[in-house]
Amino acid sequence: MNTLIAIIGLGVLCLLLEIFNLTKAIVPLTIVGLLAVLGLTISEFNSTESYYNDMIVVSKFSTAFSSLFIVLTIFLVSLSHNFYEKHQSKISDYIAIKIFLLSGAVAMVSFGNLAMFFLGIEILSIALYVLAASDRLNLKSNEAGMKYFLMGSFASGIILFGICMIYGAMGSFNVSDIAAMSQSAELPIWFPIGIVLLTIGMLFKVAAVPFHFWAPDVYEGSPTITTALMSTLVKVVAMASLYKLLSVMNADISESFKIVVVVISMASMTVGNIMALRQVNVKRMLAFSGVSHAGFMLMTLLSLSTSAGSLLYYASAYALSGIAAFSVIIYVCKNRDNEDIVNFHGLGKNNPLLAAILTGSLLSMAGIPIFAGFFAKLVLFSDTIESGYLVLVIVAVVNSIISVGYYFKLILAMYTKEPNEERKATPFVIYAVAVVAIVLNIALGLFPSTVLDLLV
Amino acid sequence: MNNILNQIGIENYIFLSVILFCIGVFGVLYRRNAIIVFMSIEIMLNAVSLLFVAFSTYHQDAEGQVFVFFSMAVAAAEVAVGLAILVSIFRNVGSITIDNLKNLKG
Repeated sequence: MNTLIAIIGLGVLCLLLEIFNLTKAIVPLTIVGLLAVLGLTISEFNSTESYYNDMIVVSKFSTAFSSLFIVLTIFLVSLSHNFYEKHQSKISDYIAIKIFLLSGAVAMVSFGNLAMFFLGIEILSIALYVLAASDRLNLKSNEAGMKYFLMGSFASGIILFGICMIYGAMGSFNVSDIAAMSQSAELPIWFPIGIVLLTIGMLFKVAAVPFHFWAPDVYEGSPTITTALMSTLVKVVAMASLYKLLSVMNADISESFKIVVVVISMASMTVGNIMALRQVNVKRMLAFSGVSHAGFMLMTLLSLSTSAGSLLYYASAYALSGIAAFSVIIYVCKNRDNEDIVNFHGLGKNNPLLAAILTGSLLSMAGIPIFAGFFAKLVLFSDTIESGYLVLVIVAVVNSIISVGYYFKLILAMYTKEPNEERKATPFVIYAVAVVAIVLNIALGLFPSTVLDLLV
Repeated sequence: MNNILNQIGIENYIFLSVILFCIGVFGVLYRRNAIIVFMSIEIMLNAVSLLFVAFSTYHQDAEGQVFVFFSMAVAAAEVAVGLAILVSIFRNVGSITIDNLKNLKG
């Protein structure tokens, strides 16, 4: 609760600083503020409390995921100063929107009432529509914003209908009441319909097949830093809140629902990986890679009561490698009008450190040892085998092998092709963010139990 | 009030709002004018609001009606952002037909 209030206060502070002509201080102050909020959140880790008639329930799950979101936002805010170099006068808006987006994200994992969940998802999405279209003179960004807006409000409508059906069945928005009533024998048919609609809406947000068609276009068109935000923070938020929704409302999902989850998970992995193989635009490639990672993360829904730890671990590994990869992409594609692989030719000679970081983060996404991505997949697969879905794990392993193909296409382009032009010196911030993100990723890989045992 | 609901039956309210919701869905899928697509999204959200109010009376519980206020406020904010995006598209392209937005593919 305190986390949420502090984050919103910080967002308002960002807007106030602009009034007092302190635009230069906004980014450092926000980072310091976010670090303070992170400390506050971690200090509340072991307390389980509910506030305002169960509107917000703070638990281990919510604090752990909130901390992850805050860390990711710190990285994204640090990158913003460099990215918005030409728009310094508007930087307070960009930062404030990101902070408000974070508050929506925190509300989405700490809700105790479906009204709070709905408000959280809308705060997150509306902030994201603005950010996707924020490069307003660029037609691509306009198009991405419009597509994301239409898709997002369509999905919100479906989510709202799902909430309405659940309310009709149960007569309450409080998730603990709903969970208690869902154990009774005679449920109105509206309740499963509501759960299905809610799940469909959330699958739109996580971009799982068959609801993934918007992702490549929106990822490609948006400004690169917004793409980084979508593919790391927003994907993790949507996945975590889908997990929380299903686990708090009905403890055991029916078998037929599990079969659907298995099919969607397999389809996401396969379609995502196969489509990614033929992309030349790096942002598009990472969009499809995100679709396949969503498929991997959906596997956690099959063992709802035990897999919170592995979801947190997978999400942190994926998001940290995403941040490292996108900070390199922001450096390479600055002042270019596209993000094709051609731009990455010869990066290994021009800038060995950033090339190594990009290689590391792609290897982490592909699941090569030392990096956290490998252990994340390992834990996820062993969880899934234990709950009895061997076929799904076989498909997942085959898909991990396919994914190595397109990640190596980019790595080879960096190291074997000749550079086509000289690049200027990189700003310190990009180095710092990329190095810290990849080091955190490797640290998670070396000490997996620090995160895995958090939510037991 | 509850008496009227008993005479009409909650099912009919559900049918009505499902029909309205589907009209909205088809509007989003088939119409090409952005303003009409926005209107269709509003129809979807308002269909759900109608059902919220019906369920609220059905359960004799005010929470559902309060939720409608939330969803109305959210819908207003959403459309405001959508119209802002539409204005910037109109300035760049000079038209609000969704078919013009075909630059991103691959």
